[in-house]
Amino acid sequence: MATAQSRPLLTIGKYAALLGYLSFALFPLYWLLKIAITPDQLIFSEGTQLWPSSLTLDNFRTVLFQTDFLAYFGNSLYVSLGTAAATTLIAAGAGYAFSRFDFGGKRIIIAAMLITQMFPLLMIIAPIYKIVASLGMLNSLTSLIVVYTAFNIPFATFLMQSFFDGIPKDLEEAAMMDGCSRFQALRKVIFPLTLPGLGATLGFVFTAAWSELLFALMLISKNEAMTFPVGLLTFVSKFSVDWGQMMAAGVLALIPSCLFFIFIQRYLVQGLTSGAVKG
Amino acid sequence: MARIELKDVVKRYGSVEVLRDIDLDIEDGEFIVLVGPSGCGKSTLLRMIAGLEPITSGDFLIDGERMNDVRPRDRDIAMVFQSYALYPHMDVARNMGFSMEIRKDPSNERMSRVKQAAETLGLTSLTERLPKALSGGQRQRVAMGRAIIRDPRAFLFDEPLSNLDASLRVEMRLEIARLHQKLGATMIYVTHDQVEALTLADRIVVLNGGDIQQVGSPLDLYERPANKFVAQFIGSPTMNIIPVQGNSNGVKLADGTLLELPHLFGTIDAVELGMRPEHIDVVEVGDLVGVADVVEHLGSDTNLYLQVEGLGPLMVREHGNIPVQPGDRVGLRIQSENIHLFGPDGNALRCPTKEAAA
Repeated sequence: MATAQSRPLLTIGKYAALLGYLSFALFPLYWLLKIAITPDQLIFSEGTQLWPSSLTLDNFRTVLFQTDFLAYFGNSLYVSLGTAAATTLIAAGAGYAFSRFDFGGKRIIIAAMLITQMFPLLMIIAPIYKIVASLGMLNSLTSLIVVYTAFNIPFATFLMQSFFDGIPKDLEEAAMMDGCSRFQALRKVIFPLTLPGLGATLGFVFTAAWSELLFALMLISKNEAMTFPVGLLTFVSKFSVDWGQMMAAGVLALIPSCLFFIFIQRYLVQGLTSGAVKG
Repeated sequence: MARIELKDVVKRYGSVEVLRDIDLDIEDGEFIVLVGPSGCGKSTLLRMIAGLEPITSGDFLIDGERMNDVRPRDRDIAMVFQSYALYPHMDVARNMGFSMEIRKDPSNERMSRVKQAAETLGLTSLTERLPKALSGGQRQRVAMGRAIIRDPRAFLFDEPLSNLDASLRVEMRLEIARLHQKLGATMIYVTHDQVEALTLADRIVVLNGGDIQQVGSPLDLYERPANKFVAQFIGSPTMNIIPVQGNSNGVKLADGTLLELPHLFGTIDAVELGMRPEHIDVVEVGDLVGVADVVEHLGSDTNLYLQVEGLGPLMVREHGNIPVQPGDRVGLRIQSENIHLFGPDGNALRCPTKEAAA
């Protein structure tokens, strides 16, 4: 009766809401792709049409072969992978220590790490610039990796700690009773169960480093050391913006993030620890 | 196979003392059950034997060798955890064979031991499953398989059955008893369940508040509890304890009744009298008269919750089915040879009997 009638309505409403949200979230991506494949002469004449009257891949061709885009891309990949690897390694170690051991100064370290997350980055750009400059590391990709790693470690550590907290302590103790040293227990029992956590942390840090603009802009001024977000600004000249090429470059920049998440998504699936202890 | 000794073992967390002066000798092949209310330190004691918890002071020896600072992996002790602690990413066979894998034993030997253990525990058809695809009882069996596979010097069990339902618990209890008979290994078992303690143990160690209250065989503890705590902790239903006044040839109850204890000798300076519910008989005319409050008919037994004027509540367990209804007046006779007397400090009084004196 009343409930029987309202159920299909409820289902339709649920899907309508999902559809609404999805189109809202994905529309900018669609627009990015649409402008990237619109011929230059149509961009302004057909600006608001949902689909252009003719398509072209010229923008991609120009971006790939006539600009420094590939170099920027390579730089970004190097910086992001380096940051993700360094951060995850350090955060995993720190997270494990916070999760499993009690040591002097633990609370102070945690408090200090929280505080670093509380104020805006803009405040410390000048000091960071001075430090990096006096180390003679301006215009080097390594300086970006160091700075990004430093800024991502606190959050990544808390993330990893929560993953370690989710793994029962009994498992390590059982492994130690079975003849493992603490390190063996970590490697053979805990590590395989932390893969989802490592995947999530890697993904998070990679994306953060991939899209970072502020520090890259401040610390890098040489063309050959530019990362992709900085390089994107070169499409904006003094008198015009090359929309088509900029969007094409944007589309290309999405590819590694997508690939990365496809690669780690199987580690993000929950439930890997189910069955360990009574559930 | 191992003889385990604890000498003056103390455990402190900061300034909090959780275990005091624990002295315990465990014979080779003995089944010891540590029992006590929650927070009594029984699990901590087990974890100290396992090496998962450092010992603050005192000596812990296995076969005469001091083990205080030996790592868990080098103590050659197997442990079954309350949570089972199976490795979720390994199948049953690898879970059971993990200790041999770590020890780098030849893989054909490992396979045959795993197969043998799986047969013993009825897990043969499940060896390729992951723990998440097992029921609680099966997980429990795998955890036991993991312990027996490498033939350790001793087995530790930390409340292994408390996550199972009642019927499975009885079944696994029998299985553990069988395992002990078959392997003849030293086993230390922690539980808060006195039925498990009474049925499995060669000797029971009763702990309370960080102290050993009494060590003895199940019947010892039942028949000769060292103090009021053990008397009330062991035995179900719980022992009745009422205040009394000592007398030269018996004790005087609070309502003025004199309970003669002709088999005891000398002056009795008891302040409390303990009687197990099964040691009070329902009779026509007895020492006391009680009014039935609640009557539980269990078929094999009848539990009576009575109010006795001047004494307060008493519980009586009578064998078989007796036709008593709530509100009935019942005559009670105390089996004077089965009573327990406690002094002002709560310790049991051991009065010399006439037989012993003669």
